[in-house]
Amino acid sequence: MMTPLSAKVAACLLLVSVLTGCERPPVDTVQRGYRGTAMVEVYNPRTLATQTALNQAPESQAPVAAVAGGPTAGQVYQNVKVLGNLDVANFARLMVAITAWVAPEQGCTYCHAADNFATDDKYTKIVSRRMIEMTQSINSGWKPHVAETGVTCYTCHRGQPVPAQVWFFPGEPNQARGMLGNKAGQNRPATSVKLASLPNDPFTPFLLQDAPIRVIGETALQTGNRTSIKQTEFTYGLMTHMSDALGVNCTYCHNSRSFSPWDQSTPQRVTAWHGIRMTRELNNDYLLPLTATFPAQRLGVTGDVAKVNCATCHQGAFKPLYGAPMLKDYPELAAAKPAP
Amino acid sequence: MAAEYQNLFTRVQVHAPSYPGIPLERGNKEREGPPIHVHLLGRLGDAQIGPIYLGWFGLASLLCFVIAFEIIGLNMFASVNWDPVQFVRQLFWLALEPPPPSYGLSIPPLNEGGWWLMAGFFLTASLLLWWVRMYRRARALGMGTHVAWAFAAAIWLYLVLGFIRPLLMGSWGEAVPFGIFPHLDWTAAFSIRYGNLFYNPFHMLSIAFLYGATLLFAMHGATILAVSRFGGEREIEQIVDRGTASERAALFWRWTMGFNATMESIHRWAWWFAVLCPLTGGIGILLTGTVVDNWYLWGVKHHIAPAYPAVFQPIADPSLLQGVKP
Repeated sequence: MMTPLSAKVAACLLLVSVLTGCERPPVDTVQRGYRGTAMVEVYNPRTLATQTALNQAPESQAPVAAVAGGPTAGQVYQNVKVLGNLDVANFARLMVAITAWVAPEQGCTYCHAADNFATDDKYTKIVSRRMIEMTQSINSGWKPHVAETGVTCYTCHRGQPVPAQVWFFPGEPNQARGMLGNKAGQNRPATSVKLASLPNDPFTPFLLQDAPIRVIGETALQTGNRTSIKQTEFTYGLMTHMSDALGVNCTYCHNSRSFSPWDQSTPQRVTAWHGIRMTRELNNDYLLPLTATFPAQRLGVTGDVAKVNCATCHQGAFKPLYGAPMLKDYPELAAAKPAP
Repeated sequence: MAAEYQNLFTRVQVHAPSYPGIPLERGNKEREGPPIHVHLLGRLGDAQIGPIYLGWFGLASLLCFVIAFEIIGLNMFASVNWDPVQFVRQLFWLALEPPPPSYGLSIPPLNEGGWWLMAGFFLTASLLLWWVRMYRRARALGMGTHVAWAFAAAIWLYLVLGFIRPLLMGSWGEAVPFGIFPHLDWTAAFSIRYGNLFYNPFHMLSIAFLYGATLLFAMHGATILAVSRFGGEREIEQIVDRGTASERAALFWRWTMGFNATMESIHRWAWWFAVLCPLTGGIGILLTGTVVDNWYLWGVKHHIAPAYPAVFQPIADPSLLQGVKP
């Protein structure tokens, strides 16, 4: 028989263990949609405080006024393929900024050979050149997603040579070949889907290939829509990733009473729609072709290159760096200038 | 003695000689084992355990259940590479998945849904055998078969989810996985795929009966406990011979909500509410995907989904616009 004290202690321990999985109240809710539709954003002020600190833009340096007719980087330095038209002063300013954004500890020699900055001896130089092209392409070609705020190297890198949030193929052995125990690509607490048991690689079908994301029936009665529940779980997985990556609820984009109609969705859904296509293009046009350039230790378990998803830029914020307009100080990252 | 019943928890434990049960007709196996008495069990229910009657149907049902349980459990265990620690840690995430939709209704390889089909077969056999046993035991005691038919309502919902609807949809992949979180994710995905199940009127009915049944259960249990000091727990006698407990209970509800059940009708209310929950739910699931593809649009069509004033600037489906990147 338990004594009253030990019973109380046991009850307290049980309560504590049950509640450790919960977020402490109070949380703030912000109404966005029409009243009664539950279109609110839920914010935990304590989580938000941590998040805000992590998503601050660094100090940037305004561009230097270029001297008319002054030398360009391409005239002064050798082997400048992308930024050759930039004037020397701003070229140097950008190189310093990139060092601070991407390799602050390693310095210039993370990409450049110390004895000759012009050579392409280091793979990092080849990759970073391509990444500058990618950044220019995002800022000039994907305005429906990045608007005038744009992105810089810092949006993803945040002071690290490899952005913290990239994805690889899961590389799980094909369990279907075994005798039993096939998880079918789901049913483990995967961080990619916020610890749900949903399919844990929703990126390959949607952010690399272009499998149909829309699964919901378009007519009241059945008219031949054969989309399965399993396909729906993949879409659900992608949406869970987006919600997690942006730190928002479903209702940031959707009226959850009916996820599909556009006339009930928020304008952010259009931005997200373009973001999915942008991410797909970046993975296929910029990252996959770099697979052979990277050394083995930078590749995933299946030898695949690091790829981007929504979290790569957003990192838990509805706009990366809460919309800090870093790009305006680095116009050379906004668009590729035509060769003279 | 009666005052003991004022407590919410069982206070009275009757000590009596074991009751062996009524004699059975020819053809029935005798009950097994000498009965024992457990004091702690007596605090929850009857202290007497045994003699046990399992019979051939009971034994077959138990065997089928163990097979299904083992197929599911061993597949889960294998999916964490037979690591007992990970098995416990990830247990709620693990599952035995139905075949991929590409297999349709054909027999898939063992590890691509074959095990799921087998587990489903044995679990279904176990449930049906247990139902037969329940029906026959009620008959052997000269009882009505209300319990068996209530159980059949639950089996109906189970069969719709795992067998009848997948059959009509032409794919085993439509069925529910065996697993804790995976079956919940399936449920959410099911509602999303078919445009929000909350607009399904049979889902509405099912929820009303589910919550209604728990409400009725609480109301009835509380009423009987409250009048047990007047002998209110002798409900069956009081159907025809009311007595003061029955009168007071009736008067209480007439005063508080204007209407009251009777000692007989309350049990019919409770039985129908409980039985109609899976019955209507099963109809709702059966119509989903087979007849109705989007319950929200169905709701709009039948004027049960209101339109709200626009709050955001109007947007259009970007995939229909010219000049956007695909």
